[in-house]
Amino acid sequence: MSTRPASLRGEDGVLALLRPPSVSPRRARRMWQRDLILYRRSWKLNVLPNFFEPILYLLSIGLGLGLYIGDRILGVEYVEFIAPGLAAAAAMNGAVFEATFNVFVKLRFAKLYDAVITTPLEPEDVAVGELAWAVTRSFIYGTAFLAVMGVLGFVHSPWAVLAPVGLLLTGLAFGLIGLIFTSLIPQIDLFSYFFTLFVTPLFLFSGIFFPISRLPAAAQPVAWFTPLHHGVELVRALALTGEITLAGSHGLWLLGFSALLYAPAVNLMRRRLVV
Amino acid sequence: MAGDVTTRPHEPPQATGPHGASPAVRARGLHKHYGDIAAVDGIDLDVPLGGCFGLLGPNGAGKTTAIKMITCVSPPTAGVLEVLGMDVRGDRRALKGRLGVVPQGETLDPDLTVRENLLSFSAYHDVPRAVAAPRADALLGFGQLTGRADSRVEELSGGMQRRLLIARALVNDPELLVLDEPTTGLDPQARHLVWERLRSLKRAAKTLLLTTHYMEEAAQLCDRLVVFEAGRVVATGAPGELIRGHVAPRVVELHGVEGDARDVARLLAGLAREVEAVADRVLVYTDDGESVVSRVRGAGLNHQALLLRDATLEDVFLRLTGRSLVD
Repeated sequence: MSTRPASLRGEDGVLALLRPPSVSPRRARRMWQRDLILYRRSWKLNVLPNFFEPILYLLSIGLGLGLYIGDRILGVEYVEFIAPGLAAAAAMNGAVFEATFNVFVKLRFAKLYDAVITTPLEPEDVAVGELAWAVTRSFIYGTAFLAVMGVLGFVHSPWAVLAPVGLLLTGLAFGLIGLIFTSLIPQIDLFSYFFTLFVTPLFLFSGIFFPISRLPAAAQPVAWFTPLHHGVELVRALALTGEITLAGSHGLWLLGFSALLYAPAVNLMRRRLVV
Repeated sequence: MAGDVTTRPHEPPQATGPHGASPAVRARGLHKHYGDIAAVDGIDLDVPLGGCFGLLGPNGAGKTTAIKMITCVSPPTAGVLEVLGMDVRGDRRALKGRLGVVPQGETLDPDLTVRENLLSFSAYHDVPRAVAAPRADALLGFGQLTGRADSRVEELSGGMQRRLLIARALVNDPELLVLDEPTTGLDPQARHLVWERLRSLKRAAKTLLLTTHYMEEAAQLCDRLVVFEAGRVVATGAPGELIRGHVAPRVVELHGVEGDARDVARLLAGLAREVEAVADRVLVYTDDGESVVSRVRGAGLNHQALLLRDATLEDVFLRLTGRSLVD
């Protein structure tokens, strides 16, 4: 039942969450298509806030505050240094917003999934379809911002053509985190903890605005364990410095992180929807 | 043509399970436990193909839990459960493709229009677009929603939303339509309209399985029903059979009796086969209503109203469980 949060222990215990879920890609695509139909109709309304947020940061912090930062970082102006990180953050925000608020409203208030799982779609298909949509949305916002960077002349490496892959990987990691949190919470108010205590600190301390080597020594390993840091470094390596080996290692980190979270995220949706 | 569902192209979904002879639902020793609580506590059920079968019982009796197991959205704890000849623990996706389900409450897609609600569920059921679009139009007619095709769900009245839920459950031309409390919360007019739509499905030779705690609904729609109480089936049969089998045909009701109704009931105990006290009412079940009425009048009891009527399913339920169905 969608009204009760999923239990981590469940009937089968916490380890059962690691079992590979049975997903029908064709059925998951049906859920994704539903979101796409809706998006096509309302994208003009939706795209504005999501698209302009990183641009506002770019103007305020990058150009405004950047004026007072004389030093060049990685050989570029401050505003160019933060731009790739803001693209990664846009991907994070797109995925997280979709996998938290939008999924929760359909789950809890509209009880839509209670009806969807009476059709041939299983809870696993619902989870993967919504995850795919969260990634799609993060991709749209992230690449839109990348395009703006290109127009402004902030792209300095031909590897930038691979930067959208970095956005996909960032979106995937955060879509999974968002889905897990959504399956576990009983009420929508708890998202404010998720955003204030998780998303905002990541945004501020993951290396977008300054390299994590400036963090206190004790905090640096913590940053290394957060996915946004790797998303930021990945997009920066591709779009700015062209360090492809470094980009590869961050990409692998994100891929490994998502591989670990995939089964629990999908299995928790079953525990949430089926009692 | 609005309202006629029989003329829609009929393509029975191919499934691996045995066809034809299989009943709609067969349950043996079916259990569902939540921790220590047995929501369904060992039921046997045989729902035949064709007609309307009702699960009757008060809230919390286990009807919805049974429906969830039948529609493959809640796994049984123990026991046998076959739907359309297929095990609910087997290929759920294939089985669910043969069912139409109206879950309890409002579960429409609030972001989509009326027509999009039908088309999105057609897609979930893999109905080809070329079939889905004309079928959606026919179902809009069936639900008397043709003029509202492009409305948002929230703009519909409660009765319209419920008819849309039923139409949505028909997008895959299901072999079995399962409805969990299809008219709860509707006003009497809207309820009668839903009943009329469900009767039209019966005429179209559909198999319906519904839960209700409205006696009138069960009497109006169901050919056969089972009475649920505390997770168990306490009676099975056609509405008329249940009434004949469990209570006397006539009922004398005393309303607003003075003092304790149970004392009055004891006083009248010699008058008839069965006398029950419910709140401030006393019910006397008898074969000869008129003579009971005259004898009650003669007893000089103080009461506000005296009523003689035919026995109903409500009386059966009261008799079986000792309490009123709608609290």
